[in-house]
Amino acid sequence: MSGGLVPDPTAPLTPSGNLRRRQIVSRVAEVVATGAAVIAIAALVIVIWTVVSRGASAISLDFLFTGYPTGVGPMLLGTVVIALVATAIAMPIGVLVALFITEYSGAKGARTMKLTLDLLNGLPSIILGLFAFVFIVAAQEKQTAFAGSVALAIIELPLIARGSQEVLQLVPGNLREASDALGIARWRSTLTVVLPSALGGIVTSTILAVARAAGETAPLILTTSAFDPNSFSINPFEALPNVPTWIYKVSEEGNPNGYAEAWGMSLILVSIILFASLGARALLARSKRKLSS
Amino acid sequence: MTQAVPSRIRVQPKAGAMPPAVTETTVEMQPLVAPELVFDSRGVSIFYGAKQALAAVNLGIRRGQITALIGPSGCGKTTFLRSLNRMNDSVASFRIEGSILYHGHDIYGSNVDRVEVRRRIGMVFQKPNPFPKSIYDNVAWAPRNLGLRRGLDERVEEALRGAALWDEVKDRLKDSALGLSGGQQQRLCIARAIAIEPDVLLLDEPASALDPIATGAIEDLMHSLKGRFTIVIVTHNMQQAARVADRTAFFSLETSGEKPVGSLIEVDETEKIFANPRDPRTRDYVSGRFG
Amino acid sequence: MSATVTAAARASRGTRVSPLRKRADQFGDRAMFGICLLAALIAGGAIFLVGYQIVHGAQPAISKFGLAFIYETTWQPNFGEFGAGVLLFGTAVTSAFALLLGAPIAIAIGLFLTLLAPRGVGAVIGPLVELLAAIPSVILGFWGLVVLAPFVQEHVEPFLHNNFGFIPIFGAPQTTGLSVFTASLILTIMVVPIIASISRDLFRSVPRELQDGAAALGATRWEVVRGIVLPTTSSGVIAACILGLGRALGEAIAVSQVIGAGSEIKANLFAPGSTLAGQIALQFPGALTELHKAALFYCGVILLVIGLIANLLAGWIGRRFSYSGAVNW
Repeated sequence: MSGGLVPDPTAPLTPSGNLRRRQIVSRVAEVVATGAAVIAIAALVIVIWTVVSRGASAISLDFLFTGYPTGVGPMLLGTVVIALVATAIAMPIGVLVALFITEYSGAKGARTMKLTLDLLNGLPSIILGLFAFVFIVAAQEKQTAFAGSVALAIIELPLIARGSQEVLQLVPGNLREASDALGIARWRSTLTVVLPSALGGIVTSTILAVARAAGETAPLILTTSAFDPNSFSINPFEALPNVPTWIYKVSEEGNPNGYAEAWGMSLILVSIILFASLGARALLARSKRKLSS
Repeated sequence: MTQAVPSRIRVQPKAGAMPPAVTETTVEMQPLVAPELVFDSRGVSIFYGAKQALAAVNLGIRRGQITALIGPSGCGKTTFLRSLNRMNDSVASFRIEGSILYHGHDIYGSNVDRVEVRRRIGMVFQKPNPFPKSIYDNVAWAPRNLGLRRGLDERVEEALRGAALWDEVKDRLKDSALGLSGGQQQRLCIARAIAIEPDVLLLDEPASALDPIATGAIEDLMHSLKGRFTIVIVTHNMQQAARVADRTAFFSLETSGEKPVGSLIEVDETEKIFANPRDPRTRDYVSGRFG
Repeated sequence: MSATVTAAARASRGTRVSPLRKRADQFGDRAMFGICLLAALIAGGAIFLVGYQIVHGAQPAISKFGLAFIYETTWQPNFGEFGAGVLLFGTAVTSAFALLLGAPIAIAIGLFLTLLAPRGVGAVIGPLVELLAAIPSVILGFWGLVVLAPFVQEHVEPFLHNNFGFIPIFGAPQTTGLSVFTASLILTIMVVPIIASISRDLFRSVPRELQDGAAALGATRWEVVRGIVLPTTSSGVIAACILGLGRALGEAIAVSQVIGAGSEIKANLFAPGSTLAGQIALQFPGALTELHKAALFYCGVILLVIGLIANLLAGWIGRRFSYSGAVNW
């Protein structure tokens, strides 16, 4: 029945039957998979290379610290303020939501909350910009950085909550049991025992969330794009200059003379985001490992 | 030490079934009495990185027999078994010295295709690992890969009969394999392995995860498979070795050197190993003095 | 016992608790529960608030145009005529392209990282692929505008048009390279890392014993992938693709920078086009009439609905079929 397709066991251990063809197919698949990875890395390298090579020449002290037209200092400052305000809103709420999921909700509550966070995470940032516009800008009848920060806070919230929740979940149960046994109230042990052990993970999740939100343009286009590029202001209740909308504006204007400045800002933004992402991810992995060991 | 040998249930092959694998070979013949060597391992030492797991094993596996590898945990039995079909290759730090000859060909030779090795030398693992597919597809998967598409239904039935599973599953071949009991799943894994008609079957503690009844079924199966395949089985259970094996090899930790290293202490016919072993360590182990 | 616990114990001064202390603790517990619950409600409420505001903002347009908005193709702000047909078409085409091109690449990368790459190589390349997702979209769009579009216009589009021009999608190229094609390529770059990292986690979770079992049956590496790895993770991979699709659908900035603001439905990929999200980004800051803004809000409503469906679908498929978590949870 086998019809000679069963190899002679004493023959050399080289491919028999259809194995040669199958090995070629397997090898082709390996090449394709490797090629795909090469394409992705190539795309990354090309983009980063362009940003670095075109942006490096624009960077100077003047560029960083003076206002328009010689520098983009106000934009950098504004971005920092906007990010700080957004994080000030998102971080407390995010950590509390994470605590809610790990400490207080039942299985069903946790699932609902996680679904909510997934949905929040999936909201397109342009929609959040529209929301901030109608909720704050239209109501105030003027653009404010604060409105942009609110939209960014909604972007940061699920990231902080999810990251914190993952770390909080790793805090060993016996730490809580030990404090219970000592008669320490739940709220006290949460504040003094649980949160401190998860602190590393919470901080790094926040950094990752900020790195993501700092690059978002769409919410800011609709809330804090009409600004004076020369004013070094830190007042969040006016339209502050910021890096993403400025790059966008330059790119839409189509004037190549302004491109160098946009590349310079891109380089700064990308560097900060990439280093923060890599560093935070590594730290997050390490604190997770420490907690679960 | 001798136990009552259980009745050998022979599964009657259907007419037109796979013929028993008998070939004339020109491999060096042992004295006319003993069957030819399928595996000849010479001075095989195995290392994981700097740590040596097995020291200089010289062991011959004979055709058509069941050879059992027994001994306490951690002395290299499974490591040795997995080296016979190159399953250790996926471990990054694995290194082997010496040679393992399969019908005279070095398994770790430079021209050797790993996949071809595994096609001829099949393996059943300790914990049943059926694919999340139907029972039929589990058995038919490997033959389909090999292009054995004609007579697939018959081949599947043959394999399931050979694993003493056919009667239990013949009406539900399309059901998921994951719905079978542990013992049935393991027999399915055996059917899967024999469906492609390998030359050798390596069994890594096949019954250790199963209850005693399922274990008995597996052991009966081995007797019926013995003639068609050469079988090497690793087992923790001495009585099992005594029941099924023709020859038994005893492995243990050799502590005389710097660090304890697994080694082959003694190999002989099963009856001799259990009734009258040569090495005192073997005697201690089989009489239960340590374990 | 750890230092923090003993410190906390010392802080609460022993195990005998006074009744006043007990009442304070109970209040503290309830207060903590309360603010955590409040935070959860805020998070949940935010979704409803956002949804409500978007729908509310679209009200004037919804009452004026109704469902015809979805297929009408005239978009003339000066005449108060708005129809999102062109936008919907552009959104569908760019997202479908990004998924059709990006998903296979991403899945292949996932396989590469788990099954092919040696330990060290995988540990470097994995984070690099994720870095691709960290690049802000405005920078990617800027790069697309200045570097990719001219390149595509000079080399890729003429090549495809000259050799395959009989297929309508490969029509005559533009002079600028700002086209549906370029925008789709940018979206592909955005979609790949998302699908790749989820796929990699999925492939990694396929039990070693199943792969060993397949290999022990004399199967080649590809056969193990095709027969075991891919089938067991298929539903998770589909969920990952839907998540990637959601990302592509909602991308406003980068797309608007390179898609060329076309106003007609064309089969030609090399013609300019428009998407729902891109239109909002391009036109909202300069929209003068309330109806114009409402029409853009209406686009937002459509986006929200599509995005919500995609997200829920992905979650449902992931939860229902795969035996390891599909999404990051």
